[in-house]
Amino acid sequence: MTPLERYESLVDDAEAFRAACDRPLPAVVRVNTIKATADRVRTALDEAGIAHEPTDWHPGVLRLPRDSPGRNWPHAHGWIHGQEEVSNLPALVLDPDPGDRVWDACAAPGSKTTQLAALMGDRGLLVGNDNNLGRLSALRHNAERLGVTNLVVTNQDARNFSLKPLGSQGAGVDAFDRVLVDAPCSCEGTIRKNPDAFDTWSLDHVRSVAGVQKGILRRAVQATRPGGTVVYSTCTFAPEENEAVLDHVLEREDCRLVDVDAPLDGVPGVTEWEGDRFDPSVEKALRIYPHHNDTGGFFCAKLEVGS
Amino acid sequence: MSDAPTNDGQVFDRLPATADDREVAGRATRAEVIEWWVDRFGLPADAFDGYTFWEKGAGKVWIFAADLPTPVDAEGVGMTFLRTRQEHWKPTTNAAQRFGREATRNVIDLAPDEARRFLAGEDLDPAWDGDWGYLIVAHELAGDREPIGVGLYVHDELRSVVPKGRRASVSPPE
Repeated sequence: MTPLERYESLVDDAEAFRAACDRPLPAVVRVNTIKATADRVRTALDEAGIAHEPTDWHPGVLRLPRDSPGRNWPHAHGWIHGQEEVSNLPALVLDPDPGDRVWDACAAPGSKTTQLAALMGDRGLLVGNDNNLGRLSALRHNAERLGVTNLVVTNQDARNFSLKPLGSQGAGVDAFDRVLVDAPCSCEGTIRKNPDAFDTWSLDHVRSVAGVQKGILRRAVQATRPGGTVVYSTCTFAPEENEAVLDHVLEREDCRLVDVDAPLDGVPGVTEWEGDRFDPSVEKALRIYPHHNDTGGFFCAKLEVGS
Repeated sequence: MSDAPTNDGQVFDRLPATADDREVAGRATRAEVIEWWVDRFGLPADAFDGYTFWEKGAGKVWIFAADLPTPVDAEGVGMTFLRTRQEHWKPTTNAAQRFGREATRNVIDLAPDEARRFLAGEDLDPAWDGDWGYLIVAHELAGDREPIGVGLYVHDELRSVVPKGRRASVSPPE
């Protein structure tokens, strides 16, 4: 049994789900609005003879059907960034404003972090954290190429993230307005991009990473001001890593789920899995399957902190 | 033994506003950094309003769009911006790309083939009768001038100082 067969009871069309998971994904780039507009990027790609197609849901997300995103002038200038289509969703759902204080708890290698910076107009304070120092160098490289100047990079375990290095006393940061938890996960939804994603899959791994996810999401809620927003996302289908994590945190922290306003098609979160029942509000989360939008698989939920 | 503060290479310390505020010997000031970009590249004097400047490492100056109490214990604060504490100050490739569009002086415009070779790390021999030293290297892209990075012009030669991680070979248009 492949991991995908576990979820065939959850999907509307198992055959289409299987077929989509077997198809490779086209290269997709996001326009970096810190340095360019979608118009200029399209013009520059045309000048270079690089075919591109707009996605039907976002003018700043382009498919390159015959090319890899790396060896062209728009990339060299940091005008575009290779980023899978569906992975553009969580930063859009978090929807930060210029001037916000934002924490990206699991930031490396930085596709979503740099997207958050662009959504903030490169203004306000963006903290990009990751526990893996090696991956942080990729984050820093990407952020600099894309011209991000509002990012502070930290190297902590997000489960007990400390605000002290940001000067929590006095003029420093005592809480965030918005937090993105794009959690480390079993990556089942990335199979179209990484055909070896299942090589390391095991139920033990799913359970172990779910424990980490619960710890990170709890800390994210704690570090957010009342009325602030936390977005939780994974690129996996396992309810253990998705709805069960939300259920755990809803029970222990002061927060509630709110509707996800998504430009991509998806289905509600599941309230029951292998004999476990979850808080009914997990239905507000969004499950995106590869056959719904011809993308990778994804899970995204939005929480409001405080009563 | 002096008790004067020294540069700690491990933490981000804010640059002093002016020479009168300087406590750490050899540290560039905010006023000097802005003045250098205005003098060297003709940027408007208000180009860096709202940014803070920090030093971490010997002479490595970072530009940050927000503010925090100094010092900051982090892996990165904003973007690496300028190398000081050496005979000639040197802007980073990323700073040239991000802020070099506003430059009106010491910008060299390359032809398409030269631009491709410069990005790949090759030294060039372009026509230039301006200053020697670090130049902002630009080309035309999508109808406008766009800075690629920094070149060192000496002895009638333009040396590409694009860092290895930013070098790339770009195919000519089909």
